[in-house]
Amino acid sequence: MRRMKLGMTAVAVLLAGSLVACGEAGEDDDGGGGTGVEGAEPLTVEAESDCDGKFEEGSRMAELAEAGEIAIGNRVDQPGLGQQDTPDSVPEGFDIDMAKLLIADLCIDPESDAVNWTEAVSEQREQFLEDGTVDLVAASYSITDERRELVGQAGPYLLTGQQVLVPIDSEVESIADLEGEEVCAAEGSTSLENIELEGAVGVPAATYGQCAEDVVNGTVPAMSTDGSILRGLAQQYEGEVKVVGPEFSEERIGIGYSPDAPEMCEWINGVITEAYDSGDWEQAFQYHLGTEDEDAPEPPALDECQA
Amino acid sequence: MDVVWEHREAIALAFAYTVLLFLIAGVGSTILGTLLAGMRVGPIPVLRWAGAGYVTLVRNTPLVIVIIFFRYAAPKIDLKFNFIDVVIPTGAGDIRLNNIFAACTVGLTMYTAAFVCEALRSGINAVPLGQAEAARAVGMPFGGVMRHVVLPQAFRASIPPLANVQIALIKNTTVAGALGVAEAFVRMRGLINIDATARIPIFIAFAAIFVVLVEIISFAAHRLERRVRVA
Repeated sequence: MRRMKLGMTAVAVLLAGSLVACGEAGEDDDGGGGTGVEGAEPLTVEAESDCDGKFEEGSRMAELAEAGEIAIGNRVDQPGLGQQDTPDSVPEGFDIDMAKLLIADLCIDPESDAVNWTEAVSEQREQFLEDGTVDLVAASYSITDERRELVGQAGPYLLTGQQVLVPIDSEVESIADLEGEEVCAAEGSTSLENIELEGAVGVPAATYGQCAEDVVNGTVPAMSTDGSILRGLAQQYEGEVKVVGPEFSEERIGIGYSPDAPEMCEWINGVITEAYDSGDWEQAFQYHLGTEDEDAPEPPALDECQA
Repeated sequence: MDVVWEHREAIALAFAYTVLLFLIAGVGSTILGTLLAGMRVGPIPVLRWAGAGYVTLVRNTPLVIVIIFFRYAAPKIDLKFNFIDVVIPTGAGDIRLNNIFAACTVGLTMYTAAFVCEALRSGINAVPLGQAEAARAVGMPFGGVMRHVVLPQAFRASIPPLANVQIALIKNTTVAGALGVAEAFVRMRGLINIDATARIPIFIAFAAIFVVLVEIISFAAHRLERRVRVA
């Protein structure tokens, strides 16, 4: 019995050590505010009240509105785009706000339990849409031709590019300075692929939080992914890291939908266009991704829906 | 299958990492595990307790936590592996054995050693007590008894469980993939991200290479077993 107690104490010490690391990676010290412009107002989305006859009979939108429930595939570890602190909470971020606008258009309250937020990591997204695990994917889902062969993608509602996050005292100015050096990114992501194309050595991690932790404790000289995510991380580790360099890739972020429901494309584009016109898009952008120095950019032009 | 062929060099490089993780952690864990087994059956109580404590602690901790400890918690208490930086140039790109690789290898070695120790202890228990008593009777010290009489017989008896432990190790190397080493599992997820239409052929190709690697280990173990068998 004594031996067992000793072992358990030691395990507890080991666990505590690793939990410290995790705790700091996920720390959020801006007190519930957005990751964008200081003082910007969050977008509040209210469900529409009358969906009778709003959608064509037999369409997927009509089915979802009728059922009053929807499942969304989202990211949980990308501050600014999609971040979720506990599995039960409603996630936050720009992707999430776009999803909320779509949910509300189906007369479903986006803050309620009728929405099933499901973490969809990079390589799960196509599969989740194909097998119906989720109805929509809003998970920094960049539009590519390969993906459009498998699933539907509407948008883009956001254009981003990859930048570099380095320790505050680093002399690195862009990805070009990191040739042959280790650079961290999430495994299975397009970011990791782009790092290798630029001549740096990709270091995979399970989450971007782990990458940031590696940069802070000096295990790797830099990490790289979409600038918007890096700026969110730079806020969490204020004074320790900085975002540098020009954008060296272009990602077109869109909404994924089931390949069996092509009618959703026009509807998604319609809701996004409405958000462009009403200013909701700009408000969400400023709150989650905006910077003090620049105005919100022009919303990107949406792709035509494939017939 | 085209996408697999197109990226054959990157895949080979990824499996080189997998095999290197396996070889270094395999040799390291066998040595550490043997020492631990020696401690656990030895005559000195403090070492016996230390050996038992190590096995209890490490075997009861999930592998991913052991590696996370060396990757993220250890640098905070200034236990870093920055002095390790070996670059092996190959035609398909450099293999870099750096601080991250070292941290993952140490984690895998320490974790696997606990299992090697226990597999070996089962072999030691299989050696008839009379063997050790006879060796003691001719005046051998504990080290000599272990080296010349008990361990050779114990290793023979524990080849199947030891092969089991090592096969588990080569599959466990994929955990290092999530924590910074660009090994096979990472490359597989990367390829699926590049071309999701080919995910089933990609998955089959990687699974097949793993099956081949495991078969090589079991074949080697089988040959070894036959070779050291008492006629």
